[in-house]
Amino acid sequence: MATINPDNHGLRLILRYTVLTLIAVIFVFPLVFMVMSSLKPDQQLLADTSSLRAFLPVGDISLNNYVAAFDRAPVGLFVMNSVIVTGVTVVLSLLVCSLAAFSFVFLNWRGRGVILSVILATLIVPFETIAIPLLLIASKLPWIGAEGVTIGWLNSYRVQIVPFIADGLTIFLFVQYFKDLPGELIEAARVEGASWPQIYRRIVMPLAGPVIATAAILKFLVMYNQYLWPLMVVQQESYRPVMVGLQYFFQLNRAWGEIMAYLSLITVPVLAFYLFLQRAFIASIASTGVKG
Amino acid sequence: MADVKLRGLRKSFGAVDVIKGVDIDIADGEFVVFVGPSGCGKSTLLRMIAGLEDITGGTLEIDGVVVNDKQPKDRGIAMVFQSYAIFPHMTVRENVAFGLTINGLAKAEKDAKVAEAARILQMEHLLDRRPSQLSGGQRQRVAIGRAIVRDPKVFLFDEPLSNLDAALRMDMRMEIGKLHQSLDATMVYVTHDQVEAMTLADKIVVLRDGLVMQIGAPMELYHNPANLFVAGFLGAPSMNFITVDVQAIEGDLARVSHPALEPIAVAHKGRDIRAGGKAVLGVRPQYLAPVEGPAGMLHGTVALTERLGSETVVDVTLRDGSKIIAAIGEDRVYPTGAGIGLRFDPAQAHLFAVD
Ligand SMILES: Nc1ncnc2c1ncn2[C@@H]1O[C@H](COP(=O)(O)OP(=O)(O)OP(=O)(O)O)[C@@H](O)[C@H]1O
Ligand SMILES: [Mg+2]
Repeated sequence: MATINPDNHGLRLILRYTVLTLIAVIFVFPLVFMVMSSLKPDQQLLADTSSLRAFLPVGDISLNNYVAAFDRAPVGLFVMNSVIVTGVTVVLSLLVCSLAAFSFVFLNWRGRGVILSVILATLIVPFETIAIPLLLIASKLPWIGAEGVTIGWLNSYRVQIVPFIADGLTIFLFVQYFKDLPGELIEAARVEGASWPQIYRRIVMPLAGPVIATAAILKFLVMYNQYLWPLMVVQQESYRPVMVGLQYFFQLNRAWGEIMAYLSLITVPVLAFYLFLQRAFIASIASTGVKG
Repeated sequence: MADVKLRGLRKSFGAVDVIKGVDIDIADGEFVVFVGPSGCGKSTLLRMIAGLEDITGGTLEIDGVVVNDKQPKDRGIAMVFQSYAIFPHMTVRENVAFGLTINGLAKAEKDAKVAEAARILQMEHLLDRRPSQLSGGQRQRVAIGRAIVRDPKVFLFDEPLSNLDAALRMDMRMEIGKLHQSLDATMVYVTHDQVEAMTLADKIVVLRDGLVMQIGAPMELYHNPANLFVAGFLGAPSMNFITVDVQAIEGDLARVSHPALEPIAVAHKGRDIRAGGKAVLGVRPQYLAPVEGPAGMLHGTVALTERLGSETVVDVTLRDGSKIIAAIGEDRVYPTGAGIGLRFDPAQAHLFAVD
């Protein structure tokens, strides 16, 4: 290995940060454009797109677009719907899929190999393929609620949540991670008297921080961006999620400023989730010393 | 505290038989060491006792109860793993207390037991650290601490010292020995380190390919190996073997000869040795003494000398081309190529049937 020349080292550091900054800027620009445009009237917005002014808060700046967006659509309701559906699905999915993976990796039962292969095979089936059959099933499922037994799950949160709780990719991520955990840790816990549920709760999950974060981000993005499925199963405004809500802004007199305002608003939960996860993720790695 | 009985224990992984019928009696409070070459099934046997591997056949009894189908947690055992297997997300205190927490012990009682274990292992100052902040030897202490707080009936160790450097290994070996004396507990210990086996064991079990070759006290095995394998496995450098011609059987003795050896009479111990046939003569390198001139019983030339200070290890090529090793208990110089005569007491030699 070459000896480290301090000058050269500094130069390399500068170069590295330049490249990283450049990449960051490329990723951030669309977001900046979105937020800046949401503050401008349509005419100026369209005129600015041909220059760097598109990324600067200049000219006729106001929150008028936001007011208009709230007038046009129940933005708060849509965001709340999406946050509920996404939040519940992410939590349940992490729970169910990690339990499934735990069973596949640590418990010894007949046929688990075959069943795992079948689950992994579902990874290559696109959602569009099963959307129609799923719709038929969902429309006939019974439910016991306040109004007694009802048939059909359409127009509800549950129809947006339940089909996405168990999924092959999340199970796969957990299976891979669990397989790499040192087997002697599990064995030590068994010898110490821990039951399987205790091993899951006290040993395996506390060590699974990195994979929980990864799976949560992937699931969050999929769920928050749901469009086709809610379009099919939700007709009532009261259960409509954000992406379907976007339609309101493309009907009649299209207003780009309002669209940008709406998009800026619905991005807030995504950013909040990322920031939350980043802190949890770093804390988990720092405390376990398990490197992903 | 408890005794452990293995009766006809067998284990197969699929079509591969790994443990092929093992009978061992481990008395209450005994320190038993399993030794054998790599892959002979030591760990598998230990894990069967722990309940981490299913038992294919035979019975396993702990404290008079057949535990074949019991979960590890119901067997009253504690185990120390080669990798220590301490939980990285818990402090040392939480690690040591893990089994007690799982069993729902009250906090005061738990704290007292952890403090006691920490005192015995001299790791009070480490209790609030994370495993990543510990050295290898300290991690080992944590693993042992976790085992002793629960007062198990039987302690199981799988090569607990093999990841430590030589000096630390010696310290820890002595500590484990002391621990055994002070706890007076039944311990089963797997190692492939002969020194650990000889110094710690009340009883050594030598395994080979899933079968017991011999069970006995360390010195019993050293001085009276039952077969060629045990004779060659224990002791360093290993025992010299010379294939000899059996001339006659005279009572308890067999008269044997070899081109490089004056005829001698060695006890045959009822082994399958016949006049006119072949046998294997075994002599430990330490029992070979050099003699001046042609008076020796074995004659050869010096091929290599290793001077270790307290001992000189000489590789000798015998007249017929076979090689033996002599370990001479002082610092001596032997020029390579010089003739050398070696003498030994036939009472300290062993005679085995050829395999
Ligand atoms: N899960 C398993 N599946 C198949 N074969 C196994 C399994 N575990 C162990 N074996 C085989 O069983 C034999 C004994 O293994 P074991 O680990 O008990 O050896 P060991 O005596 O502890 O060796 P070492 O000194 O190297 O630790 C080996 O041949 C090994 O390949
Ligand atoms: Mg082993």
